[in-house]
Amino acid sequence: MCLGVPGRIVEVNGLVATVDFWGIRRQVRLELVDQPVAPGDYILNHVGYAIRRIPDADIEGTLALYEQLLREAESDGDLMVADVRGEIAAAEASRDER
Amino acid sequence: MSVDAAVRQLRFRDPAAARALAAALGRVTRDIGREPVSVMHVCGSHEQAIARFGLRAVFPKGLNVIMGPGCPVCITDVPEVDEAIALARQGVHIATYGDMLRVPGSSRSLADAHAEGGHIHVVYSIGQALDLARSTTGEVVFFATGFETTAVTTAAVVLGAVPPNFSVLSAHKYIPPVMEIVAEMPDTRVEGFLAAGHAAAITGWGIFEAFVNNHHSPVVVAGFEPLDILAGLVRLVELVRDKQPSVVNMFPRCVSRDGNLRAQEQLWRVFRPIGGRWRGIAHVPNGNLRLRDEWAHVDARRRFTIDLTSLWDDAPPTLAHQCICGDIMAGIKSPSDCTLFGSSCVPDMPVGACMVSTEGTCRIWHQYGSAS
Repeated sequence: MCLGVPGRIVEVNGLVATVDFWGIRRQVRLELVDQPVAPGDYILNHVGYAIRRIPDADIEGTLALYEQLLREAESDGDLMVADVRGEIAAAEASRDER
Repeated sequence: MSVDAAVRQLRFRDPAAARALAAALGRVTRDIGREPVSVMHVCGSHEQAIARFGLRAVFPKGLNVIMGPGCPVCITDVPEVDEAIALARQGVHIATYGDMLRVPGSSRSLADAHAEGGHIHVVYSIGQALDLARSTTGEVVFFATGFETTAVTTAAVVLGAVPPNFSVLSAHKYIPPVMEIVAEMPDTRVEGFLAAGHAAAITGWGIFEAFVNNHHSPVVVAGFEPLDILAGLVRLVELVRDKQPSVVNMFPRCVSRDGNLRAQEQLWRVFRPIGGRWRGIAHVPNGNLRLRDEWAHVDARRRFTIDLTSLWDDAPPTLAHQCICGDIMAGIKSPSDCTLFGSSCVPDMPVGACMVSTEGTCRIWHQYGSAS
């Protein structure tokens, strides 16, 4: 619950963004994000909400941990990988219009 | 194992940087000239990363890196779990994060309440709890747990359009006050704190300045990559060595001085901090987040009469009194000090909250091996 997950914004529709997480597209709420966001920006998603726009210079450094985790995710029961997947699943629920 | 061998084994993204940081950590720790030097992190994700990447193998022998009360599920107190169970017994739908299911209340868990016919729903987000409320005519209570990083999402929902059958049972907790409590515990002897990057993304690192002034303990904000953690520890132990109580932000790509002001504004519009118990730790002044009066209509504690007494007739599970989760979360003991750990208390049959949550010290050590 402490580890947010970065994703790339594909589309913004009011307070909902479609976000790409390594090929998986999910809806993320924008009520909390600290700066205006646009397609192409990266955000940090926590339980279905963007909590930060990741500055352009920091995108690569931010993604590295997650890419390592997902690349090595063959072992079942990896708690960090499970948390990352949970964060992506959290965004799924926001698919309907609110 | 030598540091070089450990670094080779750990598949660091940048082995040369890892080797240099591990060597620096050893050098700075030795500079202090006494052991152990004890520092504490307050984040389940830090412990996950330390255990998963085997970082303890490269920590110097004289450095004790303790996990404090950084698991929001684990510190959710028994009466808070009981409130959710009592509501479920009253026929209310309870939606909550999956880790909460097996956290013990006074006599049973939400999983037990589910087995007894209660309507308990696991959700990944409060949005899924809202969807549930829209799909039923029954009352839906979101049992809201987590630190400020998660509490802001609850706040955003409360400020929006909420279905009339939806309310919030807040067990949200606020990290900065508990650091004060841990710093004052006579048994912990924590000399510095590693603060969690993503929680600090909300509050900003500036919030730790008052803490540093009061307790003369340095605070370093660190990220979650193995190299982030090593670099954060090197800086923290340097500050201990140099007797320099200050706040250093080693995670600028995520954390600013002021944090996320927009999220903070929503957090404090919806919640007020009050004192309350954290399981196993202590009464923490201003450590609990409760809904302000203005949001009484979505506050489950005001909407329902919650009768806990019916839960007190049942005896607590017999092993519960041997559980040392409280001491583990306060950083006084390790899972390996517990007679139940790995035998009577395992992830499939947990006795204490620390074995339930994926951010609990016992669960993490059990998953990745305590030797690392």
